[in-house]
Amino acid sequence: MNTTIAEYFLSFDVFRSFVSRISLWLGTDVTPFIVFMIFLLGALVITLVLATVGGFGTYAERKISADIQARIGPNRVGPYGLFQLIADGIKMVSKEDIAPKTADLFLFYLAPFLAIFGVFSTFAVIPFGSGITLTDLNVGVFYLVAISSLVGVGVFLGGYASNSKWSMLGGMRGASQIISYEIPVTLSILAMVLLSGGMSFGQIVGSQGAFPHQWFLFHNPFSFIAFFVLFTGALAETNRAPFDLPEAESELVSGYHTEYTGMRFGLFALAEYVEVFVVSGVAVSLFLGGYNVPGEEFGHSLAGQGAQATVFFLKTCALYYVVIWIRWTFPRLRVDQLMVICWKYLTPIAIFNLVGCAVWLVVFDGKSMFELFFHH
Amino acid sequence: MPEQTLNVFMPVTIMMAIAVILFVGALAAARLLSPRGKKTDEKVMPYECGEEPVGTAWSLFNVRFYVVGLIFIIFDVESVLMFPVAAVFKKLNEAGNGVYVLIIFLSFISVLLEGIAYCWKKGDLDWVRSFIVNKNIDK
Repeated sequence: MNTTIAEYFLSFDVFRSFVSRISLWLGTDVTPFIVFMIFLLGALVITLVLATVGGFGTYAERKISADIQARIGPNRVGPYGLFQLIADGIKMVSKEDIAPKTADLFLFYLAPFLAIFGVFSTFAVIPFGSGITLTDLNVGVFYLVAISSLVGVGVFLGGYASNSKWSMLGGMRGASQIISYEIPVTLSILAMVLLSGGMSFGQIVGSQGAFPHQWFLFHNPFSFIAFFVLFTGALAETNRAPFDLPEAESELVSGYHTEYTGMRFGLFALAEYVEVFVVSGVAVSLFLGGYNVPGEEFGHSLAGQGAQATVFFLKTCALYYVVIWIRWTFPRLRVDQLMVICWKYLTPIAIFNLVGCAVWLVVFDGKSMFELFFHH
Repeated sequence: MPEQTLNVFMPVTIMMAIAVILFVGALAAARLLSPRGKKTDEKVMPYECGEEPVGTAWSLFNVRFYVVGLIFIIFDVESVLMFPVAAVFKKLNEAGNGVYVLIIFLSFISVLLEGIAYCWKKGDLDWVRSFIVNKNIDK
């Protein structure tokens, strides 16, 4: 089992002999340097791909919303308006950067950084394939939950530091919403950690299979419910409708980023769209079989890695579509309804699922529903 | 192997560095390309739909936010404590200690349940706190 992307590449004899030949030629062991370069290039490629995905998220959002509302959507820049995100980027960069006179400038400038940092740091553990996971930490899920909480801090600081009433309200709502929904999400993740017996993404995805009956979603009735708890919580954590109270445009102008202009606003928006992709990817890895493709031998080859990444992207984009679909279908909740849903429904259900998964594991010795029904 | 540990966490560091560089780079590009006009009073005024803001936004806020924060801390710490147990649960179950671990696990979760039941009864989970519930508890 590979733990990093570098180890995956070094598991090929061709690559290893290539490295040792260079080492011989230079008279010194270049393996650490090669490992570093693989990490750096991998990280750059993943950043580039996911930033582009985030950019296309804004395009997809408009196109899909247009489709749902029987409009055409952006169609002026490039074929089918595909270059809209480039036009948006240029517009963001070339807008004046204004901070309110009364703002707390240090926190005002720090907030978008925290949002970006919290989202982009999670890329290190996202499993695109069994080999092309940047690093498969043994505390992967834990790391992801921990570091993505920084986004909530960014949202709150952005709202607080602006010293504008709209921003303050949005920031307060955002902070309470994000921390509240972290509980059911964490408990649902915990149930999957329990079923797979490890916190690393490699372990969790590895204990599932390529076909739906091997997914954790259909492992037992409790994990089936846990998926929907996690998905609802993830929507709220990323401030997506129907949980978009922090930036509720019809009541709070634009919520916590009302006072942000130009690129600082752009970074907040980028962080939000990329985070939606990240949480969709996490949901796919935990419940929907992740990158699994049939055939173990095939999965290890380079072509297999390509297939794995494709499978992962297809599933994640399908979830991404559902997220956008939900946004344009359901009306926004009130603050009190939001809190009631989290604390009185989702959290008890998540605890119930956790207990249920633990009991299931002990009673049926870790077998899934499918194995119980068809292998006896 | 200490070197191994370093390698595993190296991509994390690199990814964080890239996040910093991306942030600084994007803002530097914006700095170079964006116009910088005169900061007039109207421009740097906090937005309140065109009205002049009265007072500061750093004022009193609803105490419910604070209560939610407190409840969150309790639950978050408990879920963090459950992560290691969950990670080794399957292994212990395969070793034949399933029921024993399950009982310990359930007794730990029951503490969590007790916490949520207390907050529920006390009315702290309602956004608009009902004082009727409160009166019943005080009796």
